[in-house]
Amino acid sequence: MMQPDPTISRKKPTYFKEHQEAIYKSLEDKHATVEIDHSDPLATRMTLNMGPQHPATHGVLRVLMELDGEVITKCRLDTGYLHRGIEKMAENKTYQEFMPYTDRMDYLSPYSNNVALCLAVEKIANIQVPVRASYIRMICCELSRISSHLLWLGTMIMDAGALSFFLWTFREREKIYDIFDEVAGHRFTVSHSRIGGVNNDFTPVAEEKIRKFVREFPDELKGWHKILDRNRIFVDRNNGVGAIGHEDAIAIGLAGPSLRATGIAYDIRRFEPYMLYDEMDFMVPTRTEGDNLARYYCRMEEMSESIRIIEQCFDRMPKKGPIRVDDAKKSYPSKDEVYYSMEGLIHDFMMTDTGVCPPEGAESYLAIEAPKGELGFYIQSDGTGHPWRLKIKSPSFSNLQGLETILDGEMVADTVVLIGGMDPVMGDSDK
Amino acid sequence: MNTDIRDNLLQDIREYLGDGLLEVYLDYKHPLLLIERDRLHDTCRFLKNTMHFIYLNEIIGTDRFTSEDRFEVIYHLVSLRDRQRLFVKVRVDEELPVLPTVTDIWKGANWNEREVYDMFGIRFEGHPDLRRIFLPEDFKYYPLRKEFPLLGVPGSLEMPNSTPDHD
Repeated sequence: MMQPDPTISRKKPTYFKEHQEAIYKSLEDKHATVEIDHSDPLATRMTLNMGPQHPATHGVLRVLMELDGEVITKCRLDTGYLHRGIEKMAENKTYQEFMPYTDRMDYLSPYSNNVALCLAVEKIANIQVPVRASYIRMICCELSRISSHLLWLGTMIMDAGALSFFLWTFREREKIYDIFDEVAGHRFTVSHSRIGGVNNDFTPVAEEKIRKFVREFPDELKGWHKILDRNRIFVDRNNGVGAIGHEDAIAIGLAGPSLRATGIAYDIRRFEPYMLYDEMDFMVPTRTEGDNLARYYCRMEEMSESIRIIEQCFDRMPKKGPIRVDDAKKSYPSKDEVYYSMEGLIHDFMMTDTGVCPPEGAESYLAIEAPKGELGFYIQSDGTGHPWRLKIKSPSFSNLQGLETILDGEMVADTVVLIGGMDPVMGDSDK
Repeated sequence: MNTDIRDNLLQDIREYLGDGLLEVYLDYKHPLLLIERDRLHDTCRFLKNTMHFIYLNEIIGTDRFTSEDRFEVIYHLVSLRDRQRLFVKVRVDEELPVLPTVTDIWKGANWNEREVYDMFGIRFEGHPDLRRIFLPEDFKYYPLRKEFPLLGVPGSLEMPNSTPDHD
């Protein structure tokens, strides 16, 4: 009989006592039908705590795993380390004031979050957005999709052991940051979208930069496909890892590319077209295997579809036109009006003070296809400028719930690859 | 979205529920149904098995801040076959905030119900693992209730020790 090593501390964490007790108890209760062998002379069983401070958990995710040798017999995810109470804050802010907070949710694709909130408010307050603004939003949304998938690609492959990819994808991300810097004035948290349109039009430089990126990026993508698609190490590391069938994926409520990798072509851009996506010609990439390699293919193909959408947007976009609704009750007046007319100044003040007021008792839901999946805002209005209740349906939350199921029965060394493949963002999941 | 499909769907639900259906509200596109609390579980089963709402998107909790039927829980369902969203609402009283769980119908309700419990204190009967999801178990308040102050309650959470010796 092996003696327990006295140097290894068996002490459990002491802060938040009740919380720690509850989560360890829950780990024991899970799959209560499985018989646990308490003798275990070789001491192959152990409980492993991974995170919340771990570079491969992509933020502050804590994973509790019960291991039998190298196999995860059961696991629990502990989330909430990045909980900031965004929904509570939303109830105390006007709709426009709340918009910059959405940047901090899925901080890898801030533009999509801005657009999702603005579209939801425009729907409930019945505001029509000018065509050119919709095209600007679509182009930037697709750019942010590419930017988010680039980060996924870099980190996922870094988790699998190849470091140089991280540098290559971040070089491309840097170009997108530069574009956003030119378009919105910020590199990271853009806050460019406004209720009723966008803040400012593309400058000629910005347009040229986007066109240049669209021209050059497909070649980069082709190169990456060349390195990875037939790479023995990469394929072996991902093929069949974390496989989930389409029925299980629907039951557990996966979202976005993880769901499409199981064969369900659920893409909000097709399912319930918003903005002008119904006029666009693009494919929804799907795979049927449902493993990590299928998720890789889905996301890679989505990037090239995004490029196609941006090209079509440039072809169809009106060359000139308003970029914000010209109605002082619905949107901010332009700065020219604010600085040179009394009415403009009053309207600006009213928009900042009260803002858009949807009808009393109205409820509505609008979702967009964010890079990680369906991002929806459910708004209940009480007729004032603040939402009575604003609920965020975040894709990372759904995907993390699926991850808890997927991790059962996998090897412990695959945990980091699986977390990378699911691409959760804790700011999104924890709200 | 096809309005015929929606009308047929609402017709079928009306026939199934009868008096159990209290109110139908159409947001600009999607139907929202208010149903009786006792009919929740069998309605959900009916919607999944017969009407093909196999995908549970989310569960939303709301605090209406009224003296009766204070909380509202909204189940957001998606039918991938008919391209249709449906919102099913039930109301719960503050005195006894308990609802039957739907985790046996949709497995993905697990975390969503935990979130509603965490934020509003509505308990779900029969839930396999009802713990708080974002906040630690030591926290005794339900932050999305309207009476919870925006700045929080001082001293409600013991902060972790920042020194290695825990003193």
